[in-house]
Order: sequence, then C-alpha cells, then structure tokens
Amino acid sequence: MTTRIVVAALIATAAVLVTACSERPQVVQYKQGTYQGKPDTPPYANAPFNGNQTEWESALRTRQQAQNEYKRTN
Amino acid sequence: MARMKFLCDAERCIECNGCVTACKQEHEIPWGVNRRRVVTINDGVPGERSVSVACMHCSDAPCAAVCPVDCFYRNDAGVVLHDKDLCIGCGYCFYACPFGAPQFPQQGAFGMRGKMDKCTFCAGGPEPDLSKAEFEKYGRNRLAEGKLPVCAEMCSTKALLGGDGDTIADIYRERASRRQQRGTISLPPWGWDTAYGRPETAKATGTKS
Repeated sequence: MTTRIVVAALIATAAVLVTACSERPQVVQYKQGTYQGKPDTPPYANAPFNGNQTEWESALRTRQQAQNEYKRTN
Repeated sequence: MARMKFLCDAERCIECNGCVTACKQEHEIPWGVNRRRVVTINDGVPGERSVSVACMHCSDAPCAAVCPVDCFYRNDAGVVLHDKDLCIGCGYCFYACPFGAPQFPQQGAFGMRGKMDKCTFCAGGPEPDLSKAEFEKYGRNRLAEGKLPVCAEMCSTKALLGGDGDTIADIYRERASRRQQRGTISLPPWGWDTAYGRPETAKATGTKS
C-alpha cells in the first residue's frame, strides 16, 4: 500500500516537473486588424477626476469655449 | 462628447511656429522629431497661407490599417494613439499617412530608425496616466488633467482650434459666418479686419483691410 502511494506521489511529482518543460510561444500571435498592445485607461479614470466622466467633459467644455473669442470677455 | 479633432484656420495662422515650439517644450521632444509643424503655401507671394499640421486623428486612420504589428488604437475620446513597446519602427505608417505625421527619431552611429513618435493630442499613451513612463514614452497627458492640447490652447491668434469636433466646428462656423458678412469689394472677405475685427464695427467705420 505504502509503495503504491510512493509511486503515485513520484508520478505526480514527475508530471508537475514536466509541465515546466512545456514550450511557450515566443512570438506574439497577431490577430489581423485588432490592437495588440497594452490596454489604456480613459483619460478621466484617475485623479483628479477619479472616473467622473461628466466632470471631465465639463472641464474640457470650459477650455474649448475659451478658444472662442466671441464668447470671451474682452 | 464626439471625437477630438484639430482645426486650423488658414486665414488666421501667421506662421509664428508657437504651436511647434510649445509642443516640443511640453513633451520634451528630441531633436529631429516634430510632432507638429507649420506648412506655408505660396510663401512670399501675396495671398500666402499657412496651416499648422500634425496628426489629424483620423476616424479611419490609414496608419492603423497598414501597421503590421497592430500597435495603433483609438481611445474613448477618439484620439489615435499607439503602443511604443510594440512598434517595430518599420515606417509603413509614415508612407500611409497623408499628413506626414509619424516621426522617427534617428539616433546612434548608423542612423537607425527608432520607434515611431507622433502627436498624441496630449493624451499620453498606454501607460498609467500621468506616470513617469508615460511621460518618457509619449509626453505629457494633458487630457487626463482636464486640459486641451497645448498647441491649440496657446495659439496666439486662435488659428489652431482643438477639442471636441462638434464644438470647434461651431466656433469656426460662427467665425466664418461673421466673415461672410464682408463679401463686398469695399469690405473684402480677407485681411486683418476679417480675421480679427468685428464686422459690424468695420462696416460702420468703412475701414479697409
């Protein structure tokens, strides 16, 4: 009984060790037409807006209108 | 919010190259790389026009279509960006771009072509926002700070507009409609008064440009 357990343990250990020898692809698998790089976060995701898209859009809207001299106080 | 766009008013651009300088300073762009430049047509001839050109952040970007490693993406604001870690510097995007926006730093003893660099609409890239890695690879991320591209914001004549496509189109439309009111020989639809003056005042005084 003990021998069987030892044999089973050895087989399991060998199997675990062999898995480390598996070959991993060294070349990126490109998918035609889709972005392959790192993911990016939306511009309002972090501080100072902390995910508040409305506040971010409002800030940009104010800046955009500052480009219109007809709306600015001269 | 629609897509982020640039719009350059050729009637107003005075070829001061302030946008070019501001861009280089803001992002610490290396020598030989110009994310933005001013193109002048009919230089020295009466009626010459200048226009500030950079990446136009196309809706159907040809650079992204030809990239063999698919390193381009469009973010939520419609800005075309790319991953420099993936770029192989092949230069296909440069050939595909009708505006010559992609730039390649040439450093080293053999003039090797480095990874592509281009206008990011001051939106950084695929690195943590406002991080050092993002700044070093892509420049400052003003969009994440709630600001517009520095070239447009500092333009002294407001020739270069940047921001939401609908909004800047409205600004330009208002400007153009005011110009259109001056379509006569005595008040021609060009010149200093047209670009900067108030049409009603100009009409009242009868000033010529």
